[in-house]
Amino acid sequence: MEEVVLSAGDTAWMLMSVGLVTLMIPGLALFYGGMVRAKGVLNMMMMSFGALSLVFVLWIAYGFSLVFGNSVGGEGIIGDGNEFLFLKGLDNADALIGTIPATVFVAFQGMFAAITVALISGAIADRTKFGSWMAFAGIWATLVYFPVAHWVFAFDDFVAETGGWIANTLGAIDFAGGTAVHINAGAAGLALAIVLGKRVGFGKTPLKPHNLPMVMTGAALLWFGWFGFNAGSAVASNGTAGLALLNTIGATVAAVLAWLLVEKIRDGHATSLGSASGVVAGLVAITPACAAVDARGALIIGFVAGALCALSVGLKFRFGFDDSLDVVAVHLVGGIIGTILVGLVGVEVGLFNGGGTEQLVKQVIGVVAVLAYSFIVSFLIAKIIDKTIGFRISRDEEISGIDLAIHAERGYELTDNTQGGVFGASKGA
Amino acid sequence: MKLITAILKPFKLDDVKNALQGAGITGMTVSEASGFGRQGGHTEVYRGAEYTVDLIPKVRLEVLVDDADAANIVDVIVKAASTGSIGDGKVWTTPVDQVIRVRTGERGPDAI
Repeated sequence: MEEVVLSAGDTAWMLMSVGLVTLMIPGLALFYGGMVRAKGVLNMMMMSFGALSLVFVLWIAYGFSLVFGNSVGGEGIIGDGNEFLFLKGLDNADALIGTIPATVFVAFQGMFAAITVALISGAIADRTKFGSWMAFAGIWATLVYFPVAHWVFAFDDFVAETGGWIANTLGAIDFAGGTAVHINAGAAGLALAIVLGKRVGFGKTPLKPHNLPMVMTGAALLWFGWFGFNAGSAVASNGTAGLALLNTIGATVAAVLAWLLVEKIRDGHATSLGSASGVVAGLVAITPACAAVDARGALIIGFVAGALCALSVGLKFRFGFDDSLDVVAVHLVGGIIGTILVGLVGVEVGLFNGGGTEQLVKQVIGVVAVLAYSFIVSFLIAKIIDKTIGFRISRDEEISGIDLAIHAERGYELTDNTQGGVFGASKGA
Repeated sequence: MKLITAILKPFKLDDVKNALQGAGITGMTVSEASGFGRQGGHTEVYRGAEYTVDLIPKVRLEVLVDDADAANIVDVIVKAASTGSIGDGKVWTTPVDQVIRVRTGERGPDAI
């Protein structure tokens, strides 16, 4: 490996990027929390906070090593879990990865693992046992996210000498995780929605968002945090980061316009939920492409993603799977669009931008591999959890509200009326 | 004694309240209500899924009056609440056996 020295500029930007990506998780909790009914808002937000906490513990223990350790047998399938077990050799003030402290790179990538798992929770709102969700989060991170992140994010000679097959052997372009994060989470969401089944009343009674300002606040925080996600993926404070940042804005604003246009034509109204959804669809689609396209390419990707994701939200009603908050329509569809469009509009590699079909084929292979692996393994994990500890709360609990049933809390106490309650002795310290 | 109950369009509440105060009414009870009549409901759209909402927001106003005043007060409410369009609401009266003012224990018309 070449001689590396610490860059203060790179380090400063990456420290900030860790903070930005971390902020995406409460942003996601608000985005999802506002979209469910008032009786399930806490559970929805808890699934994000729970996933973050558990996945990051696993990340420190063995996750980082499975993703960024030397590829076992040089096959590009999974990293060596022993190499950086409990961050061996990395959790000190001197170790470097690239031009930044190893600790900063570990933290940055760990947040990617956490938010990918949290994204899945939108597919199974209002009906999931919290303990079973946590079990799924840990198993899924281990069996699905860590291997797939190795495939996509572990470049040869960056952290270890040998990395993953999609990044090195195949050579598909996925800058910040269109496949590893969004297609991965979207396919898992689809599998979970199928295994868990529909919410009571799905397709018959209105299951309306209870707080749209909260959804828009969440979308805004996601957007802000996404600058760290995309531009931070340069792992440097440089021109690539700048390009990724500009394209992250361009694609997002184009997607908002496209989503609203579809709504205006199809439903007669441009909605606030549509604009918040357009924000996320655009962010998702530009994630794999943000350093591979020019500004015009970003606008095209955003516009196509905004329109196609808006059209995809009806699929769950047509096919009868209750992907409650449209993880499939936004993350799976958006991730596929962004990853494939790199092969069409990517600078010098895209079919319509100076390249041939070679890159397009690589992009398609990357998409299909991650989609198929994630869907199949997620489906099996979910089935096993469902048959053993159970995945769903009871019908009565679901109707009376998951917050009270599972967490013994309510999101909103709108009067000070104690309703005849009696204070019990505290079991705390 | 009579209890007059009125279901109103929310934005007409102030007009009705002012008209009642002008007619010498000194107390009333107002609550938020929802329901539907010939006006029907409305539709909402969330990510392309259209929901028909039957129950629309209304205000329920209740006022106690002496028998002799009832007809006049009903007229005051109807006049103040009317916009002439569908969904203006309803007003009805019901007989009341007894009224008691909690603070003083006064009973009957004195308690109104």
